[in-house]
Amino acid sequence: MEEHVLVVFPHPDDETFGCGGTIAQFTKSRVPVTYVCGTLGQMGRNMGRPLFANRESLPIVREAELETACQALGIQRLIQLGLRDKTIEFEDPELLTDRLEQIILEVKPSLVLTHYPGYAVHPDHNALGEVTIRAVSRLSPQERPTVYVHAFARDCQDQLGKPDIINDISDVAEIKLAAIRAHRSQSQVILPRLSNGQFKNPSSKNSYNHMLTRESFWIYRFS
Amino acid sequence: MNPLNKSIVQTELDRFLNREVYLHLETTNGAYAVHRQESNMTVGAYIRNGLIRFGRGIITGAGPYRVGLKMEIGWVYAEGLTDYEIDPEGRLLLAGHDQEGRLAVALELSLSPFEL
Repeated sequence: MEEHVLVVFPHPDDETFGCGGTIAQFTKSRVPVTYVCGTLGQMGRNMGRPLFANRESLPIVREAELETACQALGIQRLIQLGLRDKTIEFEDPELLTDRLEQIILEVKPSLVLTHYPGYAVHPDHNALGEVTIRAVSRLSPQERPTVYVHAFARDCQDQLGKPDIINDISDVAEIKLAAIRAHRSQSQVILPRLSNGQFKNPSSKNSYNHMLTRESFWIYRFS
Repeated sequence: MNPLNKSIVQTELDRFLNREVYLHLETTNGAYAVHRQESNMTVGAYIRNGLIRFGRGIITGAGPYRVGLKMEIGWVYAEGLTDYEIDPEGRLLLAGHDQEGRLAVALELSLSPFEL
């Protein structure tokens, strides 16, 4: 049983699409979850269908969506780092590591969820995952929380082998779906694909087909 | 945003002539372009709060539209623009969206800096 889970991702909706079911299972069993969200996804391309956001209003829209999604998932505390979308890899990693370290020392998580650096496709994912792991590695091995890393690069299974954790989330699929719906500006395009049952069809090559049934993680091994 | 109206946008461009103007200029095919289809190339560029001054600014094309801003020593150019909005702060927002409503290009002008 975890004591406290700290989730660290750069964009509003990363927490939902990648591990919303896992978060919901923790909060359902009364494990507190704190979410550190790096940016407001200011540079997202999805603007709603029909369009209801623009480049300047998008961060305001996404901040509200994030709050609704956190409520749906039962996330108790949201910490925003206030960074800008697409720029994390250009920030000073030492300063970011210091901030993450402070948060980790304050929250004292038993488990951290973040992206697997190098295997998480978006440069922001890789950069924030990397500084999070650096921050955890500053702790002594005895003090370190377990770190689950999320990876979805095309070659990640070739490089990393099978995930260490394959989590069946079908019992909380409805909660995850509610959080996906909360991120309305970003999910409208894929929702039809989710709701017409493609996600349930194992033969479907649709990349959304497992989104409501399972979530996978590797356990980060500190050298 | 609304479907781009050329004459309204031309009037708006004229409003920014020969003044110090903050520019947001962006084009992107998304950070997941290669991830979705390996033959793609992930490309994108953006400038936020470029400070420019232009003496000629024209919108052209039959839709999607193109905009060129002629500066004393250079040009600002965007193509593929489909939608426009003049927001409550008086900023001119132009964008090009694909068939799924995803932003592919944006050109925005403001008399005060855009938020970071």
